[in-house]
Amino acid sequence: MDQKFIQIEDVNKVFESKQGAFTALTGIHLTIRAGEFVSLIGHSGCGKSTLLNLVAGLIPPSSGALLCAGREIAGPGPERAVVFQNHSLLPWLTCLGNVHIAVQRVFGRTESAAQLKQRATAALEMVGLSAAQHKYPHEISGGMKQRVGIARALSMQPKALLLDEPFGALDALTRAHLQDELLKIVAATGATVLMVTHDVDEAVLLSDRIAMMTNDGRLGEILQVDLPRPRDRLALAEHPRYVSLRGEVLKFLYQRHAQRAA
Amino acid sequence: MNVVPMKSPRPDAPVTEIQPAHSPPSRRRAPHVASARQPTRMDRLIKILAPPVMGLLVFILLWAWLANHTPQLPGPLQTWRAAVEVFSHPFYDHGPNDQGIGWNILRSLERVGMGFGLAALIGIPLGFMIGRFTFLNNMLAPIISILRPVSPLAWLPIGLLVFKEAQPAAIWVIFISSIWPMIINTAAGVTKVPQDYLNVARVLNLSEFAVFTKILFPAVLPYTLTGIRLSIGVAWLVIVAAEMLTGGVGLGFWVWDEWNNLNVEHIIIAIFVVGIIGLLLEQMLLMIAKRFSY
Repeated sequence: MDQKFIQIEDVNKVFESKQGAFTALTGIHLTIRAGEFVSLIGHSGCGKSTLLNLVAGLIPPSSGALLCAGREIAGPGPERAVVFQNHSLLPWLTCLGNVHIAVQRVFGRTESAAQLKQRATAALEMVGLSAAQHKYPHEISGGMKQRVGIARALSMQPKALLLDEPFGALDALTRAHLQDELLKIVAATGATVLMVTHDVDEAVLLSDRIAMMTNDGRLGEILQVDLPRPRDRLALAEHPRYVSLRGEVLKFLYQRHAQRAA
Repeated sequence: MNVVPMKSPRPDAPVTEIQPAHSPPSRRRAPHVASARQPTRMDRLIKILAPPVMGLLVFILLWAWLANHTPQLPGPLQTWRAAVEVFSHPFYDHGPNDQGIGWNILRSLERVGMGFGLAALIGIPLGFMIGRFTFLNNMLAPIISILRPVSPLAWLPIGLLVFKEAQPAAIWVIFISSIWPMIINTAAGVTKVPQDYLNVARVLNLSEFAVFTKILFPAVLPYTLTGIRLSIGVAWLVIVAAEMLTGGVGLGFWVWDEWNNLNVEHIIIAIFVVGIIGLLLEQMLLMIAKRFSY
């Protein structure tokens, strides 16, 4: 069971549009262990976000099956928390309110109001935002908003964390900082993570495996990242294995499956 | 920490030294700063106030000139004197056909409030449902498209026929003419709720009630407030005409009554009163809308 926490079996996804059918994903097979960190990497338009949305249950597959903990994924659920690329915080709620709405839904029936608040503040504390809990999203920076998004996802105590290019909209320094924090949080909580990214360094630094996707919506190769944890970005930069893994991903993306000229 | 060392030399220093060393520069500075700041504030005030004041002046001059050439039309001064008289006893009551301006305003506002209130009570929830359910939207779209452009007063006979009385008929006209902007704006707002927010709702698995209170309602509120603002504008626009036809105490009836008395000053006063109250209603709703914009 733990070896097959998320199972993606022969999944195809076809979008119907006015211009005709568009095949986004073809024959995807992927199994993720409990506690594993898997990155989906590929050029934009390769279907990596579509695959994540399928696992999230936001869209149904055209054919094939998706399972989480042995159960078919029929829709979104609190055991699979999503962190969206553009943070998707509700602007009329404070940071705490945005986290609380998630906590309320998952634990509202079984816990007291004080316990719920405690959970929400604890989640914000985990991402280092205790001081900003009463601020509104428009009052904080992009990096802080993304942290609230992560806190909201973590507060639900999900079995799987689904990250859709979580740091894509951030500057390089903020991104590095949040990646380090994510490493710590994942190490502390032992969460299973599926992350969509187009950042090669991010994928190698964070992942146990990197699923590399081709431009026609297939799973090209899966790369084992056998770097020891805990990982340190400075030490890794010189690490020969890191350099060679990074090289393999780059070769896949820019040599064998270079994006067709737009 | 900084304040202490800066303050301490002053009491320590000899008085004789302070006076020549301190006060002249501070005196020199203070007027200088003041003279640099105050005119800019004045400038800004003048810049803001000058155009509308000039506009009003031009308007009054044109009016005075026109009144000079038309013997029946009272000029600004004449109207002002009449207005002072009208407003010095706003709440007198000499029977149903002769009441103070205050009563007329209040009764008109009351009718608008009732007609508009009912329209909001029905129009806003209906707009939410139309926006949320495509089937309902497709069902009601043709009806709304046909009924919306109808002139408000065309509804009056139907109201008189159904209610058999003038008062509810006037409210009915306000209701039917002010309901459309609220339905349409609310429905449009619901369809424009960002997909991101709805995805959040799905991922969090929120109940339909929570989706409504935590996401739909706050997201749609600015649209609904725009609808309310347009609606109250229409309602206030229609009230004078409706009251002219239905009678009773109210600004519209007052205008008609004073026309029959050939008291043109009062008609002009009524026009200004209607305009100013309409402006105040609009400004009030704009202030509320600003409070709820994100």
